[in-house]
Amino acid sequence: MIRLAIALVAGSIFGAGLAYSGMSDPARVQGFLDLFGNWDPTLAFVMGGAIIPMAFAWLIQRRIDKPFAEAHFSLPGTVNIDRKLGIGAALFGAGWGISGLCPGPGLADLAINPLPALAFVIAMLAGMAVHRVTN
Amino acid sequence: MLAAFPHAMPVEGLIGGLMIGIAAALMLLGLGRIAGVSGLAARATGIADSGAPRRIAIAFVIGLPLGAFLVSLATGGVVTRFPPSVIPMILGGLLVGFGTRLGSGCTSGHGVCGMSRLSRRSLTATAIFMASGFITVALMRFGGLL
Repeated sequence: MIRLAIALVAGSIFGAGLAYSGMSDPARVQGFLDLFGNWDPTLAFVMGGAIIPMAFAWLIQRRIDKPFAEAHFSLPGTVNIDRKLGIGAALFGAGWGISGLCPGPGLADLAINPLPALAFVIAMLAGMAVHRVTN
Repeated sequence: MLAAFPHAMPVEGLIGGLMIGIAAALMLLGLGRIAGVSGLAARATGIADSGAPRRIAIAFVIGLPLGAFLVSLATGGVVTRFPPSVIPMILGGLLVGFGTRLGSGCTSGHGVCGMSRLSRRSLTATAIFMASGFITVALMRFGGLL
């Protein structure tokens, strides 16, 4: 129960941060990626702001044996760089540029602008399902 | 320098960014997991069969629109400017979904969580998806699609 509460609170703070920072606005995100247009640096402030608490969190993580509400850490490896990583990131970046959305803002926008957000989210899940079937 | 970009929201960006980082820190230190939205969304829907416990993933994913809704209530509305056509949503969504699964993460998992960990994998992925985003939007601009 406490774990579910932590996940729900974390998701809510995350979604609130996306909405407050302007990152749930596809035009603003696309404005950051639009180097030859009316460039909008806001996304860089969001990324910088998000990395600060997380950098401290990683420092704490290295000094504790287990997380507060779980028996152990379940973290991915950080070393292996392969073709899948590169091609996947390139395809994701293209979709991000085309739509102005990545997964977090797409889901958050279901509460703000449901119809276009739903089109994005359904397509995103379909893309994930295609990956699952083909890999 | 910021005077050159009157439409930018550096203060809101920084505060919202801190909120995102605090949320990710809560997932890491509370549950021992990466707050990677693409992975959690795949797990919540059952598309991925490994990763976080499904109930945890569902709770996090429900939180995203819930938090956005609360900000919308508190601030009197959040601006979201979508393209007039649904085609970019569908094409972009397909590429985002497939690409984040193939590349094992998105802006949150690789960008926020991985870069702050100085993960070589995430630094590489973030550099590539940023570059790809810049190139894609440049092509759209010069192709008259913006």
